[in-house]
Amino acid sequence: MVRPTSPADAAGLGRGRAIGFVLPALVLIGVFLVFPALWTIYLGLTDYRLTGLAAANPQVVGLDNYVGALTDPEFLTSLWLTLAYVGGSAILGQAGLGFGLAWILRTRTGWVRRAVEGVVLLSWILPSTVVGFLWFALLDRDDGTLNALLHTPGMAWLLDHPLLSIIVFNVWRGTAFSMMLYSAALENVPPSHLETARLAGASVPQQLRDVVFPLIRRHILTNLLLISLWTFNDFTPFVLTGGGPEGRSEILPIYVYNVALRGGELGVGAAISFLILLINLVFALAYLRLLRGQRRQQEVAAAGGPPA
Amino acid sequence: MIRHTIGRLASTVFIAVTLALFTLPMLWLASAPFDATPTITTSIPEFTLRNFAAILDNPYALGSIRNSVIQGGGAAALVVVLAALAAYALSRVRVPGRDLLLYLLLLLSSVVTGTAAMVPVFELATRLDLIDTHLGVILVVSGGLLPAGIFILKDFMDETPTSYEESARVFGASPLQILRHIVVPLVRPGLATIAVWALASVWGGFLFQFILLRDPDKAPGSVILYTLFTEGGAPKLDLISTFSLLYSLPVVAMYLFVSQRYGFRFHGGIKR
Repeated sequence: MVRPTSPADAAGLGRGRAIGFVLPALVLIGVFLVFPALWTIYLGLTDYRLTGLAAANPQVVGLDNYVGALTDPEFLTSLWLTLAYVGGSAILGQAGLGFGLAWILRTRTGWVRRAVEGVVLLSWILPSTVVGFLWFALLDRDDGTLNALLHTPGMAWLLDHPLLSIIVFNVWRGTAFSMMLYSAALENVPPSHLETARLAGASVPQQLRDVVFPLIRRHILTNLLLISLWTFNDFTPFVLTGGGPEGRSEILPIYVYNVALRGGELGVGAAISFLILLINLVFALAYLRLLRGQRRQQEVAAAGGPPA
Repeated sequence: MIRHTIGRLASTVFIAVTLALFTLPMLWLASAPFDATPTITTSIPEFTLRNFAAILDNPYALGSIRNSVIQGGGAAALVVVLAALAAYALSRVRVPGRDLLLYLLLLLSSVVTGTAAMVPVFELATRLDLIDTHLGVILVVSGGLLPAGIFILKDFMDETPTSYEESARVFGASPLQILRHIVVPLVRPGLATIAVWALASVWGGFLFQFILLRDPDKAPGSVILYTLFTEGGAPKLDLISTFSLLYSLPVVAMYLFVSQRYGFRFHGGIKR
């Protein structure tokens, strides 16, 4: 006999079995993700160090670490660098280039499309240690391929333009995700809508603004949230510049590494990690707010107007 | 008509520039391993296969690729199975606070998997006796990958129609049977995407493997590559380039296989 269930529960899971399905994943996440995170929060309140007296017997120092970090000009510089890095490489670079590629390739078929998608995806799936070395070889001061191509021998890209270098690097590394997501999103845009707009004389920017963006707004927001979070916490630029020279590419993850492991101040490092978590939380909340606003608009439209 | 031609031309230029930008850094990987005297500059190689013989003589090179297979494969399998179970339940049963929970976990995973939780993870692994074990690496990285895996898979599950499941239930199929025989075939592109994504990120991952494994016999290729780079000061370009190529081939092959067989894409996109 089939038990009566709500229409939302098509498979007849029931709450008990649903919990059973979710539990293994939650246990693993709880032990190896949430628990270390809570531990980090506790460490942030202590003077725990890698070596010395405070390593054996850390004392709780309250909010000292937080006050210290927030008044440290190095932390604030690093925060600005990180925002520039996220804005330049994720929001403008990856999302912009990813959407551009998805938009242009949408109408193409055959080898051009396969070749472009192939190289973009390849740069995403290559192991990051390999990728780090590839870019090192590309940008090297004396023998780099880029200098050989541009006839600019001795141009030290990583020393003179460290932030620009890691921004271009991250665009190269991560555009694939945005491209795939926007390709899928654009499949949801009915070609007839675009055709109508084109016949009415709308230019491409107008078509994008009035037809495409409203339809795929949800995908855009999801994409921006994920790539912002990933880029904000990305440690990979370390292989290229190590945060230097003189901290000019020291984004927050590298700053934490330098404070906590190089400097041995684990407590301070943990406190900064918690600040990073809070900043990310602000990102996510802003995104959820935008999404909720959109849902309400849709409901109003659905209640008011005739079905489209 | 003119506008159309200009547009077409602009898009062709755009495609050409993108192709060049993305191909340029990879050229070195294609030329240096076959070069008798590799330098950092990309050049037409003086062809040789001696570098491959040299890498086979390295005591850790081949073993490290086996370690990568164990750790990457184990983590990918664990993430796919657990994420599929969880995503299915979360997609089909209304749990209060479900979306908030998912977002919080996603947020936590992207922050904590970096350098932030290095020290606690190391101490946790020490106390659970997981240092120098493949299992330790698999469990730690899976914990970090699961939230995003569940998040993406749930989108796929939300898109599949529930009517098949309803009819299967009328014929008396259990929820696990329904999941295995009806839902899994429907969301196969999603599962393939997650598997490739999980394996590729463990394959290239460095930080946790570096912290959790001290025995070089257990170290994966990404860590061994780093030691080739640093030992003895000057990088050994012949070994590095050859090993980079060897180490990249399996993920590329896997991607090609999966994209041929199942299609590697977000088919409906991320929706709800």
